[in-house]
Amino acid sequence: MSGLPNRKLRNAGIAGALGLGAALALAPEALPQERRSGFEFMSRESQVLQQDDTSNPGMLWVAEGEALWSARTGASGRTCADCHGDAAVSMKGVAARYPVYFAEQSRPIDLQGRINICREVNQNATPLPYESRELLALAAFIGKQSRGMPITAGDDQRLEPFRALGQELYERRQGQLNFSCANCHDDHWGRKLASSVIPQSHPTGYPLYRLEWQSVGSLQRRFRNCMVGVRAEPYPFGSPEYVNLELFLMTRARGMPLETPAIRP
Amino acid sequence: MARALINVPSKAKRGEIIEIKALVSHPMETGYRTGPDGGLVPRDIISRFLCTYNGEEIFSADLFPAIAANPFLSFTTVATESGRIAFRWIDDKGQAHLETAEIVVE
Ligand code: HEC
Ligand code: HEC
Repeated sequence: MSGLPNRKLRNAGIAGALGLGAALALAPEALPQERRSGFEFMSRESQVLQQDDTSNPGMLWVAEGEALWSARTGASGRTCADCHGDAAVSMKGVAARYPVYFAEQSRPIDLQGRINICREVNQNATPLPYESRELLALAAFIGKQSRGMPITAGDDQRLEPFRALGQELYERRQGQLNFSCANCHDDHWGRKLASSVIPQSHPTGYPLYRLEWQSVGSLQRRFRNCMVGVRAEPYPFGSPEYVNLELFLMTRARGMPLETPAIRP
Repeated sequence: MARALINVPSKAKRGEIIEIKALVSHPMETGYRTGPDGGLVPRDIISRFLCTYNGEEIFSADLFPAIAANPFLSFTTVATESGRIAFRWIDDKGQAHLETAEIVVE
């Protein structure tokens, strides 16, 4: 609803802040005890919206995901529940340890990728497009089963090279404005970019309801917003670069509680 | 698709003031936005929302394009008798929706 005008504003804000990132030396990444969820940078009103399930619009997607969980799908005619039973039991803690290493393809996969593997292999159904309402709904429903649990991603040693690639991407300057993710999120968190407070970019609440989007969106959508913000060419949805970035950020956020479905401005 | 999340206390004491909350799934498309083809995206908002308690209207609202997607409406009423609280809303596409909740008043 407000996507277009806001994006313009955002770009103007980033352009206004130009020179800021270029001039300052690299500050160290926030220490574990200094880590703060984006939740803490929000207004009191947005915090209340997130904490009350009766007013959190993300719960609409969770409810839809719950319905999809027990809907017959694909040639197999199987539901997710046929194999996985009660999600409150079988999916508890799952979202908190994604992305995981998927040995069959020798690469990490995110939760959305894992859901689509089950659709293809176990339900004989077509994979759901990234950012489709159904895929977001299933991911929000599964994510909510881990709400409040500490993030445990990155345990598997086979993930290390991919995490390192994600970190390299996070620290690489890019786009016409020539900013790295770290320039904003490590060096200038807590300060303002136009009217927005720059958070530390912990992916603790995804998929989440962003007020600017007027909708639930994935972490990849958030990445794309930040890349467009520095006028870089975003990778297409589903790109391995996003999974590497998510892996790096989830490992960096280990121990922080999952908030899905969170609210963000 | 989840159309709405309705929150009504299932039990109340007679004479008690109860809070009713409705979170309605709707794009609330303003009609002022341009789509990818440069043309205006047609307006589609909930224009009217109505709540009845055993058939009697207790709350209604006219909604306008400046209201965000997935509107949240909350209001109070006095619990008078057991029965049904019904929520109806209609949008620009002419689609009418109905959700109901039961309340026991002792
Ligand atoms: C020019 C500064 C800037 C750069 C560069 C930038 N971001 Fe952001 N980022 C922001 C701001 C500002 C927000 C918060 C937006 C808001 O509150 O509306 C944000 C939000 C985020 C969030 C959401 C955190 C939450 O609490 O949900 C993530 C994740 C994120 N950025 C990741 C990245 C990644 C990855 C990159 C590099 C590809 C990047 N950002 C580059 C400014 C930046
Ligand atoms: C025919 C049975 C079957 C169906 C139907 C099925 N799955 Fe799976 N699912 C599996 C198996 C087997 C695994 C792998 C378990 C393992 O690796 O430990 C799995 C793994 C998963 C995982 C990863 C769990 C973890 O601990 O990492 C998720 C998430 C998941 N499925 C979601 C879904 C969803 C959502 C649906 C419905 C759209 C679905 N599954 C349908 C059998 C199924």
